[in-house]
Amino acid sequence: MGPLTVRDRDRGPLRSVALAWTFVRIGAMTELQYRVNFFIQIFQTMIMVGTALAVLALVFSHTKELDGWSSAELLVVMGIHVLMGGIIRTLIQPNMIRLIEDVREGKLDYALTKPEDAQLLVSVRDIRIWQFVDVLVGAVILVVAIARHDGEVGAGAATAFAVALLLGAVMIYCFWMILTIGAFWIVRMEFIVELFEGVYQAGRWPVTIYPGWLRASLTFLVPIGFAITVPAQSITGRLNWPTLVGAAVFAIVLFALTRVLWRMGLRRYSGASA
Amino acid sequence: MVVAVRPRRLPAILDFYLTVMRTAVQEQFQYRAANYAYMIGMLAEPVIYLVVWSTVANAQGGEVGGYTASQLAAYYIVWTLVRNINIVFTPNGWEWRIREGELSGMLLRPVHPIHYDLAYFAGWKVVVVVMWLPLAVVLTAVFRPDLTVSPVEAIVFSVSLLGAYLIRSMFLWVLGMITFWTTRVAALYELYFTAELLLSGRLVPLSLMPPWAQTLADFLPYRWTFGFPIEALVGDLETSELLFGLGMQAAWTLAGAVLVALVWRRGIRRYSAVGN
Repeated sequence: MGPLTVRDRDRGPLRSVALAWTFVRIGAMTELQYRVNFFIQIFQTMIMVGTALAVLALVFSHTKELDGWSSAELLVVMGIHVLMGGIIRTLIQPNMIRLIEDVREGKLDYALTKPEDAQLLVSVRDIRIWQFVDVLVGAVILVVAIARHDGEVGAGAATAFAVALLLGAVMIYCFWMILTIGAFWIVRMEFIVELFEGVYQAGRWPVTIYPGWLRASLTFLVPIGFAITVPAQSITGRLNWPTLVGAAVFAIVLFALTRVLWRMGLRRYSGASA
Repeated sequence: MVVAVRPRRLPAILDFYLTVMRTAVQEQFQYRAANYAYMIGMLAEPVIYLVVWSTVANAQGGEVGGYTASQLAAYYIVWTLVRNINIVFTPNGWEWRIREGELSGMLLRPVHPIHYDLAYFAGWKVVVVVMWLPLAVVLTAVFRPDLTVSPVEAIVFSVSLLGAYLIRSMFLWVLGMITFWTTRVAALYELYFTAELLLSGRLVPLSLMPPWAQTLADFLPYRWTFGFPIEALVGDLETSELLFGLGMQAAWTLAGAVLVALVWRRGIRRYSAVGN
Protein backbone atom coordinates (compact mmCIF):
# COMPACT_ATOMS: atom_id res chain seq x y z
CA MET A 1 0.00 0.00 0.00
CA GLY A 2 1.19 3.51 -0.82
CA PRO A 3 1.75 6.36 1.57
CA LEU A 4 -1.32 7.28 3.60
CA THR A 5 -1.88 10.86 2.62
CA VAL A 6 -4.77 12.82 1.30
CA ARG A 7 -3.50 15.17 -1.32
CA ASP A 8 -4.23 18.81 -0.74
CA ARG A 9 -5.45 19.48 -4.23
CA ASP A 10 -8.43 17.18 -3.74
CA ARG A 11 -11.30 19.36 -2.66
CA GLY A 12 -14.98 18.95 -1.90
CA PRO A 13 -16.74 15.59 -2.03
CA LEU A 14 -13.74 13.95 -3.68
CA ARG A 15 -11.61 14.90 -0.72
CA SER A 16 -14.15 13.32 1.65
CA VAL A 17 -14.04 10.09 -0.31
CA ALA A 18 -10.23 10.13 -0.34
CA LEU A 19 -10.18 10.70 3.40
CA ALA A 20 -12.62 7.86 4.05
CA TRP A 21 -10.61 5.59 1.77
CA THR A 22 -7.45 6.37 3.72
CA PHE A 23 -9.14 5.27 6.92
CA VAL A 24 -10.47 2.13 5.25
CA ARG A 25 -6.88 1.22 4.35
CA ILE A 26 -5.61 1.94 7.86
CA GLY A 27 -8.45 -0.12 9.31
CA ALA A 28 -7.77 -2.97 6.93
CA MET A 29 -4.08 -3.00 7.84
CA THR A 30 -4.89 -3.03 11.54
CA GLU A 31 -7.39 -5.85 11.28
CA LEU A 32 -5.33 -7.96 8.90
CA GLN A 33 -3.07 -8.60 11.87
CA TYR A 34 -5.84 -10.61 13.50
CA ARG A 35 -6.71 -13.19 10.89
CA VAL A 36 -8.27 -15.64 13.30
CA ASN A 37 -11.06 -13.13 13.75
CA PHE A 38 -11.99 -13.77 10.13
CA PHE A 39 -12.86 -17.39 10.91
CA ILE A 40 -14.68 -16.44 14.09
CA GLN A 41 -16.70 -13.99 12.01
CA ILE A 42 -17.55 -16.64 9.41
CA PHE A 43 -18.66 -18.99 12.16
CA GLN A 44 -20.84 -16.35 13.80
CA THR A 45 -22.38 -15.39 10.47
CA MET A 46 -23.11 -19.06 9.73
CA ILE A 47 -24.92 -19.47 13.05
CA MET A 48 -26.85 -16.25 12.56
CA VAL A 49 -27.94 -17.15 9.03
CA GLY A 50 -28.69 -20.75 10.06
CA THR A 51 -30.93 -19.58 12.88
CA ALA A 52 -32.69 -17.08 10.64
CA LEU A 53 -33.32 -19.77 8.01
CA ALA A 54 -34.62 -22.16 10.68
CA VAL A 55 -37.07 -19.51 11.93
CA LEU A 56 -38.21 -18.82 8.37
CA ALA A 57 -38.71 -22.56 7.76
CA LEU A 58 -40.65 -22.81 11.02
CA VAL A 59 -42.97 -19.95 10.08
CA PHE A 60 -43.63 -21.46 6.66
CA SER A 61 -44.26 -24.89 8.12
CA HIS A 62 -47.37 -23.34 9.67
CA THR A 63 -48.48 -21.00 6.92
CA LYS A 64 -48.12 -20.42 3.17
CA GLU A 65 -47.57 -16.71 3.33
CA LEU A 66 -47.00 -14.08 5.97
CA ASP A 67 -49.15 -11.00 5.47
CA GLY A 68 -49.00 -11.61 1.71
CA TRP A 69 -45.24 -12.28 1.56
CA SER A 70 -44.14 -15.65 0.19
CA SER A 71 -41.15 -17.51 1.60
CA ALA A 72 -38.92 -16.44 -1.32
CA GLU A 73 -39.96 -12.84 -0.74
CA LEU A 74 -39.16 -13.06 2.95
CA LEU A 75 -35.79 -14.48 1.96
CA VAL A 76 -35.25 -11.24 0.04
CA VAL A 77 -36.01 -9.33 3.25
CA MET A 78 -33.62 -11.54 5.18
CA GLY A 79 -30.82 -11.05 2.64
CA ILE A 80 -31.18 -7.27 2.85
CA HIS A 81 -31.34 -7.48 6.66
CA VAL A 82 -28.05 -9.40 6.80
CA LEU A 83 -26.44 -7.15 4.20
CA MET A 84 -27.48 -3.92 5.89
CA GLY A 85 -26.46 -5.37 9.27
CA GLY A 86 -23.02 -5.97 7.76
CA ILE A 87 -22.79 -2.38 6.55
CA ILE A 88 -23.80 -1.15 10.00
CA ARG A 89 -21.24 -3.27 11.83
CA THR A 90 -18.47 -2.61 9.31
CA LEU A 91 -18.78 1.13 8.94
CA ILE A 92 -21.32 2.76 11.22
CA GLN A 93 -21.36 1.08 14.63
CA PRO A 94 -17.57 1.01 15.28
CA ASN A 95 -17.35 4.75 14.67
CA MET A 96 -20.30 5.51 16.88
CA ILE A 97 -19.01 3.40 19.75
CA ARG A 98 -15.67 5.13 19.50
CA LEU A 99 -17.33 8.53 19.45
CA ILE A 100 -19.27 7.73 22.63
CA GLU A 101 -16.02 6.71 24.32
CA ASP A 102 -14.15 9.74 23.08
CA VAL A 103 -16.79 12.15 24.32
CA ARG A 104 -16.83 10.52 27.75
CA GLU A 105 -13.08 10.44 28.08
CA GLY A 106 -12.43 13.82 26.51
CA LYS A 107 -10.43 12.34 23.66
CA LEU A 108 -12.56 13.96 21.02
CA ASP A 109 -10.05 16.83 21.17
CA TYR A 110 -7.82 14.82 18.85
CA ALA A 111 -10.47 14.72 16.14
CA LEU A 112 -11.58 18.31 16.61
CA THR A 113 -8.11 19.74 16.20
CA LYS A 114 -7.58 18.15 12.79
CA PRO A 115 -8.10 20.39 9.76
CA GLU A 116 -11.03 18.38 8.41
CA ASP A 117 -14.76 18.42 8.98
CA ALA A 118 -15.14 16.86 12.42
CA GLN A 119 -18.40 15.04 11.69
CA LEU A 120 -16.90 13.45 8.60
CA LEU A 121 -13.80 12.48 10.53
CA VAL A 122 -15.61 10.84 13.44
CA SER A 123 -17.82 8.96 10.99
CA VAL A 124 -15.11 7.29 8.92
CA ARG A 125 -12.14 6.72 11.20
CA ASP A 126 -12.94 3.20 12.43
CA ILE A 127 -13.91 0.21 10.34
CA ARG A 128 -14.19 -3.52 10.97
CA ILE A 129 -13.32 -5.30 7.76
CA TRP A 130 -14.17 -8.85 8.91
CA GLN A 131 -17.77 -7.80 9.47
CA PHE A 132 -17.89 -7.25 5.74
CA VAL A 133 -18.45 -11.02 5.53
CA ASP A 134 -22.06 -10.27 6.45
CA VAL A 135 -22.41 -7.92 3.48
CA LEU A 136 -21.21 -10.66 1.13
CA VAL A 137 -23.35 -13.36 2.73
CA GLY A 138 -26.36 -11.04 2.66
CA ALA A 139 -25.75 -10.42 -1.05
CA VAL A 140 -25.58 -14.17 -1.72
CA ILE A 141 -28.85 -14.77 0.14
CA LEU A 142 -30.39 -11.94 -1.86
CA VAL A 143 -29.28 -13.44 -5.19
CA VAL A 144 -30.61 -16.89 -4.22
CA ALA A 145 -33.88 -15.32 -3.08
CA ILE A 146 -34.29 -13.40 -6.33
CA ALA A 147 -33.61 -16.58 -8.32
CA ARG A 148 -36.33 -18.42 -6.37
CA HIS A 149 -38.74 -15.52 -6.58
CA ASP A 150 -41.37 -15.74 -9.34
CA GLY A 151 -41.38 -12.23 -10.77
CA GLU A 152 -38.72 -10.65 -12.98
CA VAL A 153 -36.50 -7.97 -11.53
CA GLY A 154 -36.16 -5.37 -14.29
CA ALA A 155 -33.62 -2.58 -14.65
CA GLY A 156 -36.05 -0.10 -13.10
CA ALA A 157 -36.57 -2.24 -10.03
CA ALA A 158 -32.84 -2.87 -9.70
CA THR A 159 -32.12 0.84 -9.84
CA ALA A 160 -34.86 1.58 -7.33
CA PHE A 161 -33.39 -1.11 -5.09
CA ALA A 162 -29.89 0.38 -5.23
CA VAL A 163 -31.20 3.87 -4.52
CA ALA A 164 -33.42 2.64 -1.66
CA LEU A 165 -30.54 0.70 -0.13
CA LEU A 166 -28.23 3.70 -0.27
CA LEU A 167 -30.88 6.00 1.22
CA GLY A 168 -31.52 3.38 3.90
CA ALA A 169 -27.84 3.24 4.84
CA VAL A 170 -27.74 7.04 5.07
CA MET A 171 -30.82 7.06 7.31
CA ILE A 172 -29.42 4.37 9.60
CA TYR A 173 -26.20 6.35 9.83
CA CYS A 174 -28.14 9.49 10.76
CA PHE A 175 -30.19 7.60 13.31
CA TRP A 176 -27.09 6.11 14.96
CA MET A 177 -25.38 9.47 14.85
CA ILE A 178 -28.32 11.19 16.57
CA LEU A 179 -28.29 8.53 19.30
CA THR A 180 -24.56 8.94 19.69
CA ILE A 181 -24.79 12.71 19.91
CA GLY A 182 -26.77 12.00 23.08
CA ALA A 183 -23.40 11.14 24.63
CA PHE A 184 -22.71 14.88 24.85
CA TRP A 185 -25.50 15.04 27.42
CA ILE A 186 -25.69 11.56 28.92
CA VAL A 187 -22.55 9.85 30.17
CA ARG A 188 -23.58 6.20 30.32
CA MET A 189 -24.49 5.30 26.76
CA GLU A 190 -23.11 1.77 26.42
CA PHE A 191 -26.58 0.27 26.48
CA ILE A 192 -27.32 1.99 23.16
CA VAL A 193 -25.58 -0.75 21.19
CA GLU A 194 -27.68 -3.45 22.79
CA LEU A 195 -30.81 -1.37 22.33
CA PHE A 196 -30.09 -0.85 18.65
CA GLU A 197 -29.25 -4.50 17.97
CA GLY A 198 -32.49 -5.54 19.66
CA VAL A 199 -34.64 -3.16 17.67
CA TYR A 200 -32.76 -3.93 14.44
CA GLN A 201 -34.01 -7.52 14.65
CA ALA A 202 -37.49 -6.15 13.91
CA GLY A 203 -36.26 -5.50 10.36
CA ARG A 204 -36.01 -9.20 9.60
CA TRP A 205 -39.72 -9.03 8.83
CA PRO A 206 -41.51 -6.53 6.57
CA VAL A 207 -42.53 -3.65 8.83
CA THR A 208 -46.03 -3.89 7.35
CA ILE A 209 -46.79 -6.83 9.67
CA TYR A 210 -46.46 -4.67 12.78
CA PRO A 211 -49.43 -2.84 14.31
CA GLY A 212 -49.79 0.80 13.20
CA TRP A 213 -48.01 2.63 16.02
CA LEU A 214 -45.08 0.20 15.90
CA ARG A 215 -44.88 0.36 12.12
CA ALA A 216 -44.75 4.15 12.28
CA SER A 217 -41.99 4.00 14.91
CA LEU A 218 -40.02 1.50 12.86
CA THR A 219 -40.28 3.77 9.83
CA PHE A 220 -39.77 7.29 11.14
CA LEU A 221 -38.27 6.90 14.62
CA VAL A 222 -35.92 4.02 13.85
CA PRO A 223 -35.72 4.05 10.04
CA ILE A 224 -35.60 0.25 9.65
CA GLY A 225 -38.66 0.30 7.41
CA PHE A 226 -36.89 2.59 4.96
CA ALA A 227 -33.60 0.74 5.23
CA ILE A 228 -34.83 -2.83 4.75
CA THR A 229 -38.51 -3.09 3.88
CA VAL A 230 -38.46 -0.43 1.13
CA PRO A 231 -35.50 -2.01 -0.74
CA ALA A 232 -37.27 -5.39 -0.40
CA GLN A 233 -40.46 -3.86 -1.77
CA SER A 234 -38.58 -2.60 -4.81
CA ILE A 235 -37.37 -6.14 -5.63
CA THR A 236 -40.69 -7.86 -4.98
CA GLY A 237 -42.67 -5.40 -7.10
CA ARG A 238 -44.44 -3.70 -4.21
CA LEU A 239 -42.78 -0.31 -4.39
CA ASN A 240 -44.53 2.75 -5.70
CA TRP A 241 -42.53 5.79 -6.70
CA PRO A 242 -43.99 8.15 -4.08
CA THR A 243 -42.54 5.91 -1.36
CA LEU A 244 -39.07 6.18 -2.87
CA VAL A 245 -39.37 9.94 -3.24
CA GLY A 246 -40.61 10.07 0.36
CA ALA A 247 -37.56 8.08 1.44
CA ALA A 248 -35.26 10.54 -0.34
CA VAL A 249 -36.95 13.54 1.27
CA PHE A 250 -36.85 11.92 4.69
CA ALA A 251 -33.15 11.05 4.26
CA ILE A 252 -32.32 14.66 3.43
CA VAL A 253 -34.32 16.00 6.38
CA LEU A 254 -32.73 13.49 8.73
CA PHE A 255 -29.25 14.34 7.46
CA ALA A 256 -29.82 18.04 8.00
CA LEU A 257 -31.20 17.37 11.48
CA THR A 258 -28.14 15.26 12.32
CA ARG A 259 -25.89 18.12 11.22
CA VAL A 260 -27.75 20.61 13.46
CA LEU A 261 -27.70 18.29 16.46
CA TRP A 262 -24.01 17.56 15.94
CA ARG A 263 -23.24 21.30 16.09
CA MET A 264 -25.34 21.62 19.26
CA GLY A 265 -23.55 18.66 20.80
CA LEU A 266 -20.15 20.11 19.99
CA ARG A 267 -21.05 23.30 21.80
CA ARG A 268 -21.69 21.19 24.90
CA TYR A 269 -18.40 19.42 24.64
CA SER A 270 -15.73 20.75 26.96
CA GLY A 271 -12.85 18.37 26.39
CA ALA A 272 -10.46 16.76 28.83
CA SER A 273 -7.82 19.43 29.15
CA ALA A 274 -10.21 22.29 29.78
CA MET B 1 -9.24 -16.69 76.94
CA VAL B 2 -12.77 -15.77 76.14
CA VAL B 3 -13.85 -15.77 72.54
CA ALA B 4 -16.88 -13.64 71.94
CA VAL B 5 -19.33 -15.49 69.81
CA ARG B 6 -21.90 -13.35 68.08
CA PRO B 7 -25.33 -14.69 68.90
CA ARG B 8 -26.49 -16.31 65.70
CA ARG B 9 -30.11 -16.09 64.85
CA LEU B 10 -29.70 -17.40 61.36
CA PRO B 11 -27.65 -20.21 59.93
CA ALA B 12 -24.49 -18.64 58.52
CA ILE B 13 -25.25 -19.43 54.90
CA LEU B 14 -28.69 -17.86 55.08
CA ASP B 15 -27.17 -14.79 56.67
CA PHE B 16 -24.66 -14.67 53.82
CA TYR B 17 -27.43 -14.86 51.21
CA LEU B 18 -29.51 -12.13 52.83
CA THR B 19 -26.55 -9.81 53.19
CA VAL B 20 -25.37 -10.24 49.61
CA MET B 21 -28.91 -9.85 48.31
CA ARG B 22 -29.35 -6.65 50.29
CA THR B 23 -26.11 -5.31 48.85
CA ALA B 24 -27.25 -6.20 45.35
CA VAL B 25 -30.57 -4.41 45.81
CA GLN B 26 -28.86 -1.26 47.03
CA GLU B 27 -26.22 -1.37 44.32
CA GLN B 28 -28.56 -2.07 41.40
CA PHE B 29 -31.15 0.42 42.54
CA GLN B 30 -28.59 3.14 41.93
CA TYR B 31 -28.43 2.11 38.28
CA ARG B 32 -32.17 2.15 37.72
CA ALA B 33 -31.93 4.23 34.53
CA ALA B 34 -29.40 1.85 32.98
CA ASN B 35 -31.42 -1.14 34.21
CA TYR B 36 -34.55 0.29 32.67
CA ALA B 37 -32.94 1.05 29.35
CA TYR B 38 -31.65 -2.50 29.26
CA MET B 39 -35.05 -3.98 30.11
CA ILE B 40 -36.85 -1.88 27.52
CA GLY B 41 -34.29 -2.94 24.92
CA MET B 42 -35.04 -6.55 25.76
CA LEU B 43 -38.73 -6.03 24.92
CA ALA B 44 -37.98 -5.84 21.20
CA GLU B 45 -37.34 -9.58 20.96
CA PRO B 46 -40.63 -10.93 22.38
CA VAL B 47 -42.67 -8.22 20.65
CA ILE B 48 -41.23 -9.27 17.28
CA TYR B 49 -41.99 -12.95 17.95
CA LEU B 50 -45.46 -12.06 19.15
CA VAL B 51 -46.31 -10.03 16.07
CA VAL B 52 -44.97 -12.65 13.66
CA TRP B 53 -46.79 -15.57 15.29
CA SER B 54 -50.01 -13.63 15.84
CA THR B 55 -49.95 -12.87 12.11
CA VAL B 56 -49.53 -16.60 11.42
CA ALA B 57 -52.29 -17.52 13.90
CA ASN B 58 -54.72 -15.05 12.37
CA ALA B 59 -53.92 -16.29 8.86
CA GLN B 60 -54.53 -19.89 9.94
CA GLY B 61 -58.05 -19.28 11.20
CA GLY B 62 -57.10 -17.84 14.55
CA GLU B 63 -54.84 -20.51 15.99
CA VAL B 64 -51.34 -21.92 15.62
CA GLY B 65 -49.92 -24.81 17.67
CA GLY B 66 -52.90 -24.57 20.05
CA TYR B 67 -52.38 -20.85 20.70
CA THR B 68 -54.71 -18.03 19.69
CA ALA B 69 -53.28 -14.57 19.11
CA SER B 70 -54.29 -13.41 22.59
CA GLN B 71 -52.88 -16.56 24.20
CA LEU B 72 -49.63 -15.86 22.34
CA ALA B 73 -49.77 -12.38 23.82
CA ALA B 74 -50.04 -13.94 27.30
CA TYR B 75 -47.17 -16.30 26.47
CA TYR B 76 -44.80 -13.54 25.39
CA ILE B 77 -45.73 -11.15 28.19
CA VAL B 78 -44.99 -13.80 30.81
CA TRP B 79 -41.89 -14.48 28.69
CA THR B 80 -40.55 -11.03 29.59
CA LEU B 81 -40.65 -11.87 33.31
CA VAL B 82 -39.10 -15.31 32.84
CA ARG B 83 -36.39 -13.80 30.63
CA ASN B 84 -35.49 -11.34 33.37
CA ILE B 85 -35.39 -14.10 35.98
CA ASN B 86 -33.17 -16.04 33.58
CA ILE B 87 -30.39 -13.48 33.60
CA VAL B 88 -27.48 -14.90 35.57
CA PHE B 89 -23.71 -14.53 35.65
CA THR B 90 -22.60 -14.72 32.02
CA PRO B 91 -20.09 -17.36 30.90
CA ASN B 92 -18.21 -14.52 29.17
CA GLY B 93 -17.56 -13.05 32.61
CA TRP B 94 -15.32 -15.96 33.50
CA GLU B 95 -12.54 -14.81 31.23
CA TRP B 96 -12.46 -11.50 33.09
CA ARG B 97 -12.73 -13.24 36.44
CA ILE B 98 -9.74 -15.44 35.72
CA ARG B 99 -7.59 -12.99 33.77
CA GLU B 100 -8.00 -10.15 36.26
CA GLY B 101 -7.57 -12.39 39.28
CA GLU B 102 -11.04 -11.51 40.57
CA LEU B 103 -11.47 -15.13 41.47
CA SER B 104 -8.67 -14.95 44.03
CA GLY B 105 -10.79 -12.71 46.23
CA MET B 106 -13.72 -15.06 45.97
CA LEU B 107 -11.55 -17.99 46.98
CA LEU B 108 -10.75 -16.31 50.27
CA ARG B 109 -14.35 -16.47 51.39
CA PRO B 110 -15.30 -19.50 53.45
CA VAL B 111 -18.20 -20.35 51.13
CA HIS B 112 -18.26 -21.82 47.64
CA PRO B 113 -18.19 -18.90 45.16
CA ILE B 114 -21.39 -20.01 43.46
CA HIS B 115 -23.31 -18.91 46.53
CA TYR B 116 -22.15 -15.37 45.95
CA ASP B 117 -23.41 -15.37 42.36
CA LEU B 118 -26.69 -17.00 43.28
CA ALA B 119 -27.27 -14.52 46.08
CA TYR B 120 -26.16 -11.43 44.17
CA PHE B 121 -28.28 -12.09 41.09
CA ALA B 122 -31.24 -13.10 43.26
CA GLY B 123 -31.01 -9.73 45.01
CA TRP B 124 -30.79 -7.97 41.65
CA LYS B 125 -34.04 -9.76 40.66
CA VAL B 126 -35.88 -7.90 43.40
CA VAL B 127 -35.06 -4.62 41.67
CA VAL B 128 -35.78 -6.07 38.24
CA VAL B 129 -39.18 -7.49 39.17
CA VAL B 130 -40.30 -4.22 40.74
CA MET B 131 -39.23 -2.37 37.61
CA TRP B 132 -40.88 -4.99 35.39
CA LEU B 133 -44.37 -4.44 36.83
CA PRO B 134 -45.12 -1.16 34.99
CA LEU B 135 -43.77 -2.68 31.76
CA ALA B 136 -46.16 -5.61 32.20
CA VAL B 137 -49.06 -3.19 32.65
CA VAL B 138 -48.17 -1.38 29.42
CA LEU B 139 -47.71 -4.64 27.48
CA THR B 140 -51.05 -5.90 28.78
CA ALA B 141 -52.82 -2.72 27.73
CA VAL B 142 -51.26 -2.87 24.26
CA PHE B 143 -51.49 -6.57 23.39
CA ARG B 144 -54.58 -7.65 25.38
CA PRO B 145 -53.52 -11.11 26.54
CA ASP B 146 -55.93 -13.92 27.33
CA LEU B 147 -54.77 -15.17 30.70
CA THR B 148 -56.74 -17.01 33.37
CA VAL B 149 -54.72 -18.30 36.27
CA SER B 150 -55.73 -20.84 38.90
CA PRO B 151 -54.15 -20.70 42.37
CA VAL B 152 -52.29 -23.96 41.70
CA GLU B 153 -50.85 -22.55 38.47
CA ALA B 154 -49.75 -19.40 40.25
CA ILE B 155 -47.95 -21.38 42.96
CA VAL B 156 -46.29 -23.75 40.49
CA PHE B 157 -45.25 -20.76 38.37
CA SER B 158 -43.58 -19.03 41.35
CA VAL B 159 -41.72 -22.18 42.36
CA SER B 160 -40.71 -22.87 38.76
CA LEU B 161 -39.12 -19.41 38.50
CA LEU B 162 -36.78 -20.44 41.28
CA GLY B 163 -36.07 -23.73 39.50
CA ALA B 164 -35.42 -21.95 36.22
CA TYR B 165 -33.07 -19.52 37.95
CA LEU B 166 -31.09 -22.28 39.65
CA ILE B 167 -30.80 -24.50 36.58
CA ARG B 168 -29.70 -21.70 34.28
CA SER B 169 -27.26 -20.29 36.86
CA MET B 170 -25.57 -23.64 37.30
CA PHE B 171 -25.36 -24.68 33.67
CA LEU B 172 -23.97 -21.32 32.63
CA TRP B 173 -21.51 -21.60 35.49
CA VAL B 174 -20.32 -24.95 34.16
CA LEU B 175 -20.09 -23.47 30.67
CA GLY B 176 -18.12 -20.51 31.97
CA MET B 177 -15.70 -22.70 33.91
CA ILE B 178 -14.45 -24.15 30.62
CA THR B 179 -12.38 -20.96 30.59
CA PHE B 180 -10.11 -22.65 33.15
CA TRP B 181 -8.88 -24.84 30.29
CA THR B 182 -9.20 -22.64 27.21
CA THR B 183 -10.18 -19.10 26.32
CA ARG B 184 -11.30 -20.01 22.81
CA VAL B 185 -14.86 -20.46 23.90
CA ALA B 186 -16.75 -17.92 21.77
CA ALA B 187 -17.87 -20.52 19.23
CA LEU B 188 -19.00 -22.96 21.90
CA TYR B 189 -21.05 -20.30 23.69
CA GLU B 190 -22.63 -19.28 20.43
CA LEU B 191 -23.72 -22.87 19.76
CA TYR B 192 -25.03 -23.31 23.30
CA PHE B 193 -27.13 -20.16 23.20
CA THR B 194 -28.46 -20.88 19.72
CA ALA B 195 -29.60 -24.33 20.85
CA GLU B 196 -31.15 -22.71 23.90
CA LEU B 197 -32.97 -20.12 21.78
CA LEU B 198 -34.54 -22.79 19.59
CA LEU B 199 -35.22 -25.55 22.11
CA SER B 200 -36.25 -23.69 25.27
CA GLY B 201 -39.50 -22.07 24.25
CA ARG B 202 -37.81 -18.67 24.02
CA LEU B 203 -38.26 -18.33 20.26
CA VAL B 204 -41.69 -19.97 20.11
CA PRO B 205 -43.85 -22.12 22.37
CA LEU B 206 -42.41 -25.61 21.92
CA SER B 207 -45.73 -26.94 20.62
CA LEU B 208 -45.02 -24.97 17.43
CA MET B 209 -41.73 -26.77 16.85
CA PRO B 210 -41.56 -29.87 14.65
CA PRO B 211 -42.08 -33.13 16.63
CA TRP B 212 -38.41 -34.22 16.43
CA ALA B 213 -37.29 -30.91 17.92
CA GLN B 214 -39.79 -31.31 20.75
CA THR B 215 -38.42 -34.78 21.49
CA LEU B 216 -34.91 -33.38 21.48
CA ALA B 217 -35.97 -30.62 23.85
CA ASP B 218 -37.27 -33.22 26.30
CA PHE B 219 -33.73 -34.46 26.86
CA LEU B 220 -32.15 -31.06 27.46
CA PRO B 221 -32.36 -28.68 30.42
CA TYR B 222 -33.41 -25.67 28.33
CA ARG B 223 -37.18 -26.06 28.29
CA TRP B 224 -37.31 -26.29 32.07
CA THR B 225 -35.76 -22.85 32.34
CA PHE B 226 -38.03 -21.09 29.86
CA GLY B 227 -40.99 -22.86 28.31
CA PHE B 228 -42.14 -24.75 31.38
CA PRO B 229 -42.60 -21.77 33.74
CA ILE B 230 -44.47 -19.87 31.02
CA GLU B 231 -46.69 -22.82 30.13
CA ALA B 232 -47.38 -23.48 33.81
CA LEU B 233 -49.04 -20.08 33.99
CA VAL B 234 -50.37 -19.59 30.46
CA GLY B 235 -51.12 -23.12 29.26
CA ASP B 236 -53.70 -25.58 30.44
CA LEU B 237 -51.43 -28.15 32.05
CA GLU B 238 -52.89 -30.94 34.17
CA THR B 239 -51.87 -31.04 37.81
CA SER B 240 -49.83 -34.16 37.06
CA GLU B 241 -47.99 -32.31 34.27
CA LEU B 242 -47.29 -29.40 36.57
CA LEU B 243 -45.87 -31.73 39.22
CA PHE B 244 -43.86 -33.63 36.61
CA GLY B 245 -42.38 -30.32 35.46
CA LEU B 246 -41.35 -29.34 38.97
CA GLY B 247 -39.85 -32.82 39.38
CA MET B 248 -37.82 -32.37 36.18
CA GLN B 249 -36.65 -28.99 37.43
CA ALA B 250 -35.53 -30.58 40.69
CA ALA B 251 -33.68 -33.30 38.77
CA TRP B 252 -31.92 -30.79 36.50
CA THR B 253 -31.06 -28.58 39.48
CA LEU B 254 -29.44 -31.57 41.13
CA ALA B 255 -27.62 -32.49 37.91
CA GLY B 256 -26.40 -28.89 37.63
CA ALA B 257 -25.20 -28.84 41.23
CA VAL B 258 -23.25 -32.08 40.76
CA LEU B 259 -21.71 -30.78 37.54
CA VAL B 260 -20.73 -27.49 39.18
CA ALA B 261 -19.10 -29.33 42.07
CA LEU B 262 -17.17 -31.71 39.81
CA VAL B 263 -16.00 -29.18 37.22
CA TRP B 264 -15.12 -26.62 39.89
CA ARG B 265 -12.93 -29.07 41.79
CA ARG B 266 -10.99 -29.97 38.65
CA GLY B 267 -10.93 -26.48 37.16
CA ILE B 268 -9.70 -24.65 40.24
CA ARG B 269 -6.55 -26.80 40.25
CA ARG B 270 -5.63 -25.16 36.96
CA TYR B 271 -6.16 -21.67 38.31
CA SER B 272 -3.20 -19.57 39.21
CA ALA B 273 -3.45 -15.85 39.56
CA VAL B 274 -1.11 -12.95 40.01
CA GLY B 275 -1.69 -11.57 43.46
CA ASN B 276 -3.20 -8.14 43.64
